[in-house]
Amino acid sequence: MEPNNEMISVVGVDKFYSKFQALTDIDLSVKQGERIVICGPSGSGKSTLIRCMNGLEFHSRGSIVIDGMNVIEGSKDLKIIRQEVGMVFQQFNLFPHLTILENLTIGPMKVRKIGKAEAEKTARHYLKRVHIPEQADKYPAQLSGGQQQRVAIARSLCMETRIMLFDEPTSALDPEMINEVLDVMVELADTGITMVCVTHEMGFARKVADTMVFMEAGKIVEVAPPEKFFTNPDSERCKLFLGQILEH
Amino acid sequence: MASHPTQNANTKGFSLKSLFNSVPFSVGLYLVIVWLIVWGAYKGSQTMGYNWQWYRMPQYFYKMTDDGFQWGEIMVGLVKTLQLSLTAFVLATLLGLVIALMRLSGLVIGRAVAIGILEFVRNMPLLVLLYLFYYVLGPVFSLDRYTASILCLTVFHSALISEIFRAGINAVAKGQWEGATSIGMSRAQAYRYIVLPQSIKFMLPPMTGEVVHLVKSSAIVSVIAVAELTTIGRNLISDTYMSFEIWFTIAAVYMVVTLILSIGVSYVEKRYSIQT
Repeated sequence: MEPNNEMISVVGVDKFYSKFQALTDIDLSVKQGERIVICGPSGSGKSTLIRCMNGLEFHSRGSIVIDGMNVIEGSKDLKIIRQEVGMVFQQFNLFPHLTILENLTIGPMKVRKIGKAEAEKTARHYLKRVHIPEQADKYPAQLSGGQQQRVAIARSLCMETRIMLFDEPTSALDPEMINEVLDVMVELADTGITMVCVTHEMGFARKVADTMVFMEAGKIVEVAPPEKFFTNPDSERCKLFLGQILEH
Repeated sequence: MASHPTQNANTKGFSLKSLFNSVPFSVGLYLVIVWLIVWGAYKGSQTMGYNWQWYRMPQYFYKMTDDGFQWGEIMVGLVKTLQLSLTAFVLATLLGLVIALMRLSGLVIGRAVAIGILEFVRNMPLLVLLYLFYYVLGPVFSLDRYTASILCLTVFHSALISEIFRAGINAVAKGQWEGATSIGMSRAQAYRYIVLPQSIKFMLPPMTGEVVHLVKSSAIVSVIAVAELTTIGRNLISDTYMSFEIWFTIAAVYMVVTLILSIGVSYVEKRYSIQT
């Protein structure tokens, strides 16, 4: 593996919330264009890990390097890192006081200082990509959950991100809306963008993941390609977890 | 939710609750109460042998002299009150925002200063604060009485307004910060474009109360003889001895002003809530 090919490098990361240790000695390397799916029981530190990757939270020990830039609290690179790393949240976190189009243009206009006309052109392009070009002038509350999540994906893409982080993007959705979001994510995976997904959608994981990561109690327990991960994982705990969520 | 008044009325026919909620009853009750107050005042003044002279009041609103139309003393005082309140409110809002942001910032010093100002002002009677500004700070910084009044009202209300700002900002969902941060916005940008616009709807109702409060508390500057509405009232009474007419009138003028404010803001609130 060439070092310049590495987009995300997590080395020896610990994370404490006062005395509680949320992450213990995490090592993870993500290459450009690689698609990683992280799963594990709730409270295992999956979300904390990816939230540390774009500096929404900060790790206590070790190092996280994104595209050659260190994630450190107060660092000037943070602003660049956050522009390069898009994030999609479980609860969408769209801006309810702005229209869909404004949600998509406010980042490029205020952060990247791009002109309104160009920002709107890009926004409409990405709205088309997530299959809801006709909703541009509505407010988030007027859209269904699935549509809102697709807008959130488009909002990140508008920043011309090179890495996308997904924090359980379908967990807050009604069952019939999960697929429309997953479809968009699969299409996105095909464009060659680097993706790190926290999700329990194992069908999606099988389809797109290059590497599966299983976490428990703040540690990475298993890292494997999907073929091996789903058929013959090394750890007992991982087998048990897969047995539970694949049962139905 | 289970016992909605109109449903109750439909299912049970007559109930005490539906009676109390009906419009004619409410209006009737209101009129009875108002009548009791007016009647009480009238009776009281009659036993005192008070000589009502309402016919002398209009000249204090406006006069028609040989020079033409002229505003009366009360109107001049009202303008001064509005001027004082508006200036103090604008300054208090700005200062209040600064105090709130200091309090919400991660800086220990910022928080300490903000809490210090807040507790100092909140636990001090307005009258004492006014004396402090006029008799202590006034000579030091050579403040005239009008400036001292404005500064006093500004500082007093900025502390209260800062709490309104803080509550409004905290009421915005935490995810909004994360959403803004994740697209690369700085803290200042997140405040300006994402959080503050959304907190307005949480701040409008308490802010209305604060403006009304400010207009009324501006009356206190009459103790250092700033020529606003209450001072004018006092002066008129010492000239004419018509205490009842003049204080009733002054009270009514304050009420008209604050009612206009309340109704105006609730209209804005309604429009705003439809938009989002």
